[in-house]
Order: sequence, then structure tokens, then C-alpha cells
Amino acid sequence: MAESEGVASINRRAFLKTAGVATGAAVAGGIPGIVAAQKAPSFPKGTKLSILEWVSFVPASDVEFKRLAAEFGKLAGVEVTVDMINMNDLNPRIASAIETKAGPDIIMMINNWPHLYVDGLADVEDVAEEIAKRDGGYYDISRKINMVDGRWKAVPFTMGSGVWNYREDWFKEVGANKFPDTWDELRKVGTALKKKNFPIGQAFGHSLGDPNSWAYAVTWCFGATEIDDKGKVVINSKETIEALKFTVAFWKDCLDEGGLAWDDTNNNRAFLAGTISATINGASIYFVAKRQFPEIAKAMNHAHMPKGPAGRFYYQGGQEHGVMKYSKNQQVAKEFLRWLMDRPQYDKYIAANDGYVGGPTPYWEKHPLWEKDPKLVTFRDAPKFGRWTGYPGQPSRKASEALVKYILVDMYAQAIKGMKPEDAAKWAEAELKKAYA
Amino acid sequence: MADQRIEPILAESGAPGASAIPAPVVVVAVPKLGRPKRLGELLERENVLAGVLLAPTLVILTLFIAYPFVLGIWLAVSDKVVGRPGNFVGLQNFWVNLNDSIFLRAFQNTFVYTFIATILKLMLGMAAALLLNQHFRFKRIVRASMLLPWIVPTVLSTLAWQWMFDATFSVFNWMLMNAGIISQRILWLGDGTLAMGCLITVNVWRGMPFFAITLLAGLQTVNPDLHEAAEIDGANAWQRFWRVTLPLIKPIMLVVVLFSMIATFADFQLIYVLTRGGPYSSTHVFGTYAYEIAMRAAKLGQGASISLFLFPFLLMVIVFQLWYIRRGD
Repeated sequence: MAESEGVASINRRAFLKTAGVATGAAVAGGIPGIVAAQKAPSFPKGTKLSILEWVSFVPASDVEFKRLAAEFGKLAGVEVTVDMINMNDLNPRIASAIETKAGPDIIMMINNWPHLYVDGLADVEDVAEEIAKRDGGYYDISRKINMVDGRWKAVPFTMGSGVWNYREDWFKEVGANKFPDTWDELRKVGTALKKKNFPIGQAFGHSLGDPNSWAYAVTWCFGATEIDDKGKVVINSKETIEALKFTVAFWKDCLDEGGLAWDDTNNNRAFLAGTISATINGASIYFVAKRQFPEIAKAMNHAHMPKGPAGRFYYQGGQEHGVMKYSKNQQVAKEFLRWLMDRPQYDKYIAANDGYVGGPTPYWEKHPLWEKDPKLVTFRDAPKFGRWTGYPGQPSRKASEALVKYILVDMYAQAIKGMKPEDAAKWAEAELKKAYA
Repeated sequence: MADQRIEPILAESGAPGASAIPAPVVVVAVPKLGRPKRLGELLERENVLAGVLLAPTLVILTLFIAYPFVLGIWLAVSDKVVGRPGNFVGLQNFWVNLNDSIFLRAFQNTFVYTFIATILKLMLGMAAALLLNQHFRFKRIVRASMLLPWIVPTVLSTLAWQWMFDATFSVFNWMLMNAGIISQRILWLGDGTLAMGCLITVNVWRGMPFFAITLLAGLQTVNPDLHEAAEIDGANAWQRFWRVTLPLIKPIMLVVVLFSMIATFADFQLIYVLTRGGPYSSTHVFGTYAYEIAMRAAKLGQGASISLFLFPFLLMVIVFQLWYIRRGD
């Protein structure tokens, strides 16, 4: 019964919004004023909408996304197809779609990609601003990565954070009743843990997520940045050298030596195998533990990135949806995104994610899912401290170049391998200057 | 043969009522007399027919080889990024590459990777071919199973290797530790030089069967009489291999080496799956670095210039290969 009511109300809402666009009326999510204007959706028969998504790490969220897309199809009389591909395949797929001006109408993007693909993206000002108005504003990072030169080029979708996953039981054994709040304290606890053969795990190889989670966040925590807000390279600073010295010491005192060989999956396996006591990761470790290793799920918890001299920072991940400029269905595409991001639908999507991702606005911090499991609350609060590649400058294509060259990661990796921190910072400066030239 | 058959029919079809041709054919042919005749005559000319027969191949080559190649060159001399028309920038991209320490490392790695892997593949492939050329039980099964590493999709087999090199769960470390050879785990992919060694090992494992089977085919063409004669003349096994077998299979060996070098030079999957160029950019090759720049940073022009750095070398290889094969003729 409740379900059928839900569908009915969604039906009306979608219906009305579409009608609003058709008549050129200003459309804002769920404004009762337009409820009166009952008009049929204006999409011509046979209208198609194709959407390209990643394969999520939470299968239930993919199921829910497909279900929502199908529901929209029925309501709007549009034939909706959703393709899901691996995250690694998205870049080449987007490049070829933009270059050949053919492909999906909507493409899911990650982090600062709207800056990379700005020339292939349609403006989505209306949809994005509506959400901002409705929810009372976005996180800084949502705005930063989705707006290029002051225009919204993608509609923010989710926030994904990597926070500290740690073994409460082992931390207690060395006298830490809660996760340390500063890097220095963490180093002390980590040293004790490693002595007991419970090192902390951190990747310093080349992979998309984990190594950057350290390299960017720790740099910022110590008050250093790649560039300043004008785009000038300022990495070769005493703050960077402090961050490097700290990392080298942390590596020796606290970390598992495997880190240089690790990619994004190693720490998951090592944590679940009980060979490390803490690591920076999404909620995937916890989800697997709950299913397969309940005793680890019970013994673990999540905690915030410690504070450095400059404060607490995260290298924050986010997802968004771009409406492609070449698409002949831009109107339908925007309607879909408007409908998807509207509360009744998005509520279900975010619930299906079970805490793996949060919403793009602080409004979603109030979602009941966060009360379900107190161990996931850290993920709820992380995006507030989230920053982007290129912070405090723009998350531009140049910032991406620095990222794909792994300049910050390699700066730390080389220092760990024995390069003097001063030389590592100098090396990074030279490389960053080329990337940001 | 075909020509002979066509000719009388075409000639006779011009004469209505010719008895050798079944009536319906004649009736159909009469109203369109002029065209088939001209077409037929045209096709009779050797150069026209040759052109017609070659056309499909030329179209395919143009579409799938020449066009992408020319486009690649254009990209390499442009500042093209995804979604924006590129401007001609001359050799600027190549200049940027030469001043890029990661690129220079990739350059060096590509050559080290190619040469060491190819030499090892040749040596091991030759040894395997010589063994497989002997008579033994289950010969066919062994020969067929040799090809497995080469047949399995690279991404899959590389994932298996990734597990074997895993920092925490490496089966090699487990064996070495249990055998008492090491007391501390070896971080196979955690050190630049060692990681490069691992990549070469996997490449050799994957590519060696191609050498073995091709060289085996070559070995089987060697006339046993020559070996017998050499044996009677007192040549030992090594001398027979060096002075009889090797010279005879040299052409096929060179072709295999050259093919393999080109493939190894352009390798991507294996390295991308195992290290993505890490740690500290010590295992990038042209392919992986070009991918990062072109795809993940959307700089198509710069990326193309990285992969086109291969071109002069590959061109030399191909020219040499063609010259050698033609010389044999």
C-alpha cells in the first residue's frame, strides 16, 4: 500500500515537472503551485534516453539505479537504457563519445572530470541550482568540481570518502581508547602497534584511490599545497618537507613495508586477513567484513583523518552526471537528473548504498541511514573536510595531469625509498611546473 | 581457368540465338547488350582486374591502418584535448616529452623491457622447440598445452600473476620462506628494478609459447638427412645445432623475433594491470604513460606524441624485416 502511494506521488511529480518544462514555467522540485497544471509529458513518442554508469562497488546501488531509470522511463514515456562499465573504462569511453559526438545522453563522471570534458558537456545550471536552493547549498567540493568558469557542467551525484578503518580492539591493546585526533598521536600509537606486529597499511604505488588519499590529504594537513589559488606551483615549501619527513618516519615506525607495491585492493585484503591494524579506505572493507568476517566487523570502526598543523583534510571523491553536448535528448536527460535527484528517488538510491556514498549536499547528512549503523557516521561527516586536486586552485585539466603523473604520490614514494625530503620536494616542484605550465 | 570460362560466354552472348547458350540467358542479355560487354572487356584488362581485386584490401587498409595512422601523426603535432579542435604546434609535444623525466624513464624502460624480454623469449622458446621436436609420449598434448599462456587473455593471466606477486600473499614468498631461503618477504612489485624484472618475467611467460611453436614449425622443415650426414662427419649435438639447424631456421627465427619485438615494444595490458607504471613511475613504458596522459588527463595530442615516439624505431624494424624477407626470395 505504502509502495503504491509512493509510486503515485512520484508519478505526479515527474509528470508535473515535465509539464513545467513544456510550458516554459520555472521548475523547482516539488513546488505545490504547479501541481495544478496537470499536463501530459511532452516527450515525443519513441524518445530514447541512454545513460552510462560505472559498476558500483555496492551492487545493490546498481540495481536501485536501474530500477529508478526504468521507473522514470515508464512515467515519462521514454525508452531508457542504462549501461554499466568498469570505472577504468569510463575515460576512454567518454573521450570517444565526445570526439565522435555520439553515445550516451548522460554519463556518470568522477571527481574533477567535468573540467576535463567541459567542451563536451551541456550546461546544467537549472537542475544544479534547483538542488542547491532546495537543500540549502552544496559542499564546497561539489561546487568546485562541477562548475567550470562559473557554469554548472554536471549535476553532483554523490560524495565518496576514504576514512580511517581501524581495529578498535588492537588500538585499545596499545592504550588508544579512541582513534588519535592528530597525526603525531597516530604516529605514537602506530609505532606501538607495529611493534606488536600490527602495522598500519598504506599504498604508495600507482593506483587511482588510496595512494592519493595519503599524498594529497597529508600534504594539506601539514599546510602545503601543489599550487596556490592563482595556479602558481608552491610545493617546494617547508610545510611539504615537514609532511615528507613525517611520512618517512611514519613509514619506518608504523607502516607495513608492502605499501610501495600496493594498489587500491591490497589494503582491503590485508585488513580482512588481519595483517594490518588500520588503513584509509571507503566502506568496502566494513561491508565485506559484515558479510564474511563478522568478528572483524565487530572489532573495527571508522575514524576521521587526523589533524595536522593546518587542520583536517580529505582527498575527497565525488560522482556527478554530465549531460552530453552532442545529445539530442538534453531536455529529457535533464528531466531525468532532476527527477533522480529529487528527494523521494534519491532517498532510495542513497539508502541502497548503505553509507558507501553520501549525498552532494549537507542536507543528506540527516538521512536516517546514518542512524542505522553508528560505525558509518564518519563517512557522513567526511565531505565537509574534502578538498580537490589542485586545491586551493581550480581542479583543472592541469591538476588532472599532475594527478595522472602521480607526482605527489611519487614524491612521497621516493622519499620513502631514501631520497632526501628536500630533494623530493624539489623534484615534485619541477614536475608540477611542467604539469601546470 | 576462370577466364577461359567467362570468355566464350561473353563473346557468344553478343550474338543472339547462338546455340551454345541456353535460351533464357540470351533473352536476358539482349536488351542490356552494351553494358556487360563493356564491363567484361574492361575486366579482361589485367590492370583493371587487378585494381578491382585489390580495391577491398586497399579500402580496408586505408580505413583501418592509414587513416588512424595519419590521424595519430596529426594528433601528435597538435595541442588537441578531448572535445576541443586541436591547433598545429609542430614538434612542441615531442620537445615536452624530451624534457619530461617520467617520459625519459618510460623511454629507457621500453627498450630494456623489449630487448631483455625478446632475448629471453628467443632462448627459452628455442629450447622448448628443440625439446618438443623430440619424440615422446603425449607429445601432442604437451605441444598444445604449451600454447596456453599465449591463448589466455592477458588481463586474466596477469591478474593471476598479480596474486603471485602480492605483497602480503605472494605464493613465491610463501614457498621461499618455507624452504628456508628467505626470512623476510620480498616485495616483488615494491621496488623499481625488481618490478621491472617481474614484468619481464610475465611477458616472457606469455610470449615464449609463440616462439616455441613457430620455431618448432621451422625445426620440422629441417631435413633429417642433413643431421645424419653431419653426424657421420663427426659433428656433435652442439655443432649440429649451430651449423645445421640454426642456419636453416634463421629466416623464421628472425621473423618471429621482429614480430615479437614490435608487440613487446607496444605492450600495455600487462604493465597496466600489474603496476600502472609504479612504484614511483619506475615501470612506465610508452604505452602506459601515453594512456595516462591521453585518456586520464584528456591530452590526446601529448599522448599521441608519446606513443609515436615508437614510430621511428618500429619503422626501422619493419624495413629491416621486409628487406630480409625479400632478400630471401
